[in-house]
Amino acid sequence: MSTDYLEITKLHVEFDGFVAIDSVDLTVLQGDLRFLIGPNGAGKTTLIDAITGLVPATGSARYGSTELLGRKVHQIVRMGVGRTFQTASVFEDLTVLQNLDIAAGFGRSPLSLLRKRRSVPPEVEKALTAVGLESLALRPAGVLAHGQKQWLEIGMLLVQDARVMLLDEPVAGMSHEEREETGHLLKRIGADRTVIVIEHDMDFVRTFADSVTVMHGGRVLAEGTVAEIQADERVQEVYLGRSVAAITEEVG
Amino acid sequence: MKRLVPLLAYLLLAGALLLLAPAILTDFRLSLLSRFCTFAIVAVGIGLAWGRGGMLTLGQGLFFGLGAYVMAMHMKLDDAGPGGVPDFMKLYGDGKTPGWWEPFRSPIVTLLGIILVPAIVATVLGLAVFKRRVKGAYFAILSQALTAAFAILLIGQQGTTGGFNGLNGFKSFFGYAVNDPVNRRLIYFLTAIILLVILAGMAQLYRSRFGELLVAVRDGEERVRFLGYDPANIKLVAYVVSAVLAGIGGALFVPIAGIISPSDVGVVPSIAFVIGVAMGGRTTLLGPAVGAIAVAWAQTSLSENFPSFWSYFQGGLFVIVILFLPGGIAQLPTMATRLRRRPKPPADPSPIPQPRAAEPRAAEPRAAEPATTSAPATGAVA
Repeated sequence: MSTDYLEITKLHVEFDGFVAIDSVDLTVLQGDLRFLIGPNGAGKTTLIDAITGLVPATGSARYGSTELLGRKVHQIVRMGVGRTFQTASVFEDLTVLQNLDIAAGFGRSPLSLLRKRRSVPPEVEKALTAVGLESLALRPAGVLAHGQKQWLEIGMLLVQDARVMLLDEPVAGMSHEEREETGHLLKRIGADRTVIVIEHDMDFVRTFADSVTVMHGGRVLAEGTVAEIQADERVQEVYLGRSVAAITEEVG
Repeated sequence: MKRLVPLLAYLLLAGALLLLAPAILTDFRLSLLSRFCTFAIVAVGIGLAWGRGGMLTLGQGLFFGLGAYVMAMHMKLDDAGPGGVPDFMKLYGDGKTPGWWEPFRSPIVTLLGIILVPAIVATVLGLAVFKRRVKGAYFAILSQALTAAFAILLIGQQGTTGGFNGLNGFKSFFGYAVNDPVNRRLIYFLTAIILLVILAGMAQLYRSRFGELLVAVRDGEERVRFLGYDPANIKLVAYVVSAVLAGIGGALFVPIAGIISPSDVGVVPSIAFVIGVAMGGRTTLLGPAVGAIAVAWAQTSLSENFPSFWSYFQGGLFVIVILFLPGGIAQLPTMATRLRRRPKPPADPSPIPQPRAAEPRAAEPRAAEPATTSAPATGAVA
């Protein structure tokens, strides 16, 4: 396995004096399916926004030897860092195939852009199979079910061969079966990539996470395996408002 | 079947323009039709920028004017003879040809200028606007303001641009007398063929990967950015192409109309271009061209029979299109099939596209609508 990993140090994001991310350090290794959890407003999505160039940030976010902060959105993507959004944002008027084809194409020459797409590029074919949308390839993306749109988004990252994937609540609104399938998909693609998943559903986190980072109030509260996180009192306090010890005391 | 219908429509249009119209129309009507074809060329460009690219270009008069004035300057110089001074300059100017007119004595420089002048202006404007992520209504207002400024500039420079009167009284077009009926027919065929060639080129562009990418930028500019493209560049290409088409339309307009003046390039004509496109169906290939011809034709024939009635008719037509035919005339065939197949309201609304989620991207095409709805009001002033 290569040694490339995502390393975030002292990342700081401020909106008009409001500190959304306060000096966060985070390291995610390749092949480690990392889940990012935390209550609303903890700064999870902002963290991803900062890494992908959507909001200005100070500090450092490096992948391998390259600094990501301070670059333009499309340049960061070209370095192999891709993301999805909470609301699936696929191109609804274009077919599934066209969506994937566009995702595959940022390296194309201007001349080839003027030609019609004649065949399905191999990486598009592979991504279609990986996310299980082969039978829907020629349908407009607008008619896909919610879960399928999320798969298409992940497929668009696969086509780009993104080395770092930042997925913002990919299973929100999915049925139980869809979640299972998505989880296995994440396991498969996470094996040779650096993947961070923002998620609220604890069942899903328990089943599929290799490691978990808990954020609260713009800071990293705890980090570790699922079991370690579950045992952490500060995490329980954040999620339940008070510690388990206090509750047991009350009940007992 | 799906591929065949546009091809048939294209052949139908080609037949109507090249065979039917010359056979049944009087010279006067044919000359009008050639003028409408120049509007149609502008409309095809707007279809690309607005229909496919989501950029409501309310200021195509600027590029139409640039192409037209380049052509008109050449024709004036040509009439004046080698080394001669155009007639109006002797009246209003200092009796000398300004230096920036001189290059356009050459027919080759003129032909290049018709393409390059609008292209360069559009590139500079486009870079300034799209890199700063100006879009939606702001872009529309900006483009319109520039057109207004251009018209005012022309009016102010009477000695070199003919001012309010513009440039007129041309005698020859690349050596052919412009008033000869045979030559006028030739110019008609030239214009119609250029329109058809441009449409064929546009069909290829729409089917190309660039065409798909442009639709993607229209529907989700931010998303495209997150796929590793700079949307500004994609929009810029579409904008420049549409500017060049407007320039070509303007250049052809001059020998046909025999005049180009600030009132042909200002705000009102710019809006009229957009109205034709909206009525024809901005997202389709042939819609903008057919719409532009149809609206211009209706304007002429209605104005002949009911002077001063046209503005109301134009406004009413526009309201009807916005309310019932958001896709323009091009939407009629699909609507008719749907009505025939399903006399009763459909039980399952399955193929209806889902309402767009609350994403920032939907804002652009929607923001474009109110801007156009205000168009008839301005048009009524004319």
